[in-house]
Amino acid sequence: MELLTNIGLNHYLTISALLFGFGLFAVMTRRNAIVILMGVELILNAANINFLAFSKYSGGMEGVMFSLFIIVLAAAEAAIALAIVINIYKIFRSVDVSSIDTMKE
Amino acid sequence: MSNATYISIFYIFAAITVFSAAFVVFSKNVIYSAFALLFTFFGTAALYVFLSADFIAVTQVVVYVGGILVLLLFGVMFTNSIMQTELKTDVLHVVPGTLLLVATVGGMLFTFYTTASWKPSDEQLQGSVVERIGFETMSRYVLPFEMASILLLAVLLGAAFLARFDKVSNNEQ
Repeated sequence: MELLTNIGLNHYLTISALLFGFGLFAVMTRRNAIVILMGVELILNAANINFLAFSKYSGGMEGVMFSLFIIVLAAAEAAIALAIVINIYKIFRSVDVSSIDTMKE
Repeated sequence: MSNATYISIFYIFAAITVFSAAFVVFSKNVIYSAFALLFTFFGTAALYVFLSADFIAVTQVVVYVGGILVLLLFGVMFTNSIMQTELKTDVLHVVPGTLLLVATVGGMLFTFYTTASWKPSDEQLQGSVVERIGFETMSRYVLPFEMASILLLAVLLGAAFLARFDKVSNNEQ
């Protein structure tokens, strides 16, 4: 009961581990490229929670700044990845990653 | 705010985050996944507020919910015919994926709760971090800040180039 009511670092690490596991599962098992992207976003969010949790409990600003840059990189990654997915859809008429077997038309 | 309220609000947001993340991954419908991702992002933003990173929480809502989620929804609607049943996604490698999920999460949680003994610092982050973020961005992190701006410019050009309207193949049709 003490463990449950005294919210500390381990609670945030648990949430982050679960988010990371779900993201990894999506990246590994789904065939739709867009759901794989969602899995990558979940993994990045898990990393962000970890950075902010460690930053809060150590008192430094490093984790906060890192998570800000992670958000920037996540936005860049999503834009480029969706452009690639749209190109794949133009060529193959599907976003099923297991059916994409050539690198050019 | 009393301690019990604080704890219950934390657990509500933690549950929203984790369960909607599970729904994103295990839902068969891509549209449902995209909308569940909305709740995951909001729950994560609330957890950032608990970690006294209010600026990051606002950025999370603006960038993720306003930008990335809209992009993902656009991708879902662009690449699927909504009214058709083939919106369902199949899965592959379910057994290795489940094993990896259980092994990763189990291993991490086991390590967190048994071997690791974190010793929190005496001076934890308190209150708002907006002002400190401003100082850090313009002093220690000015080079990464400028590099991020160059990266965003490159991404802007690259994404527009990759996803542009293809004139050549349109003429051939």
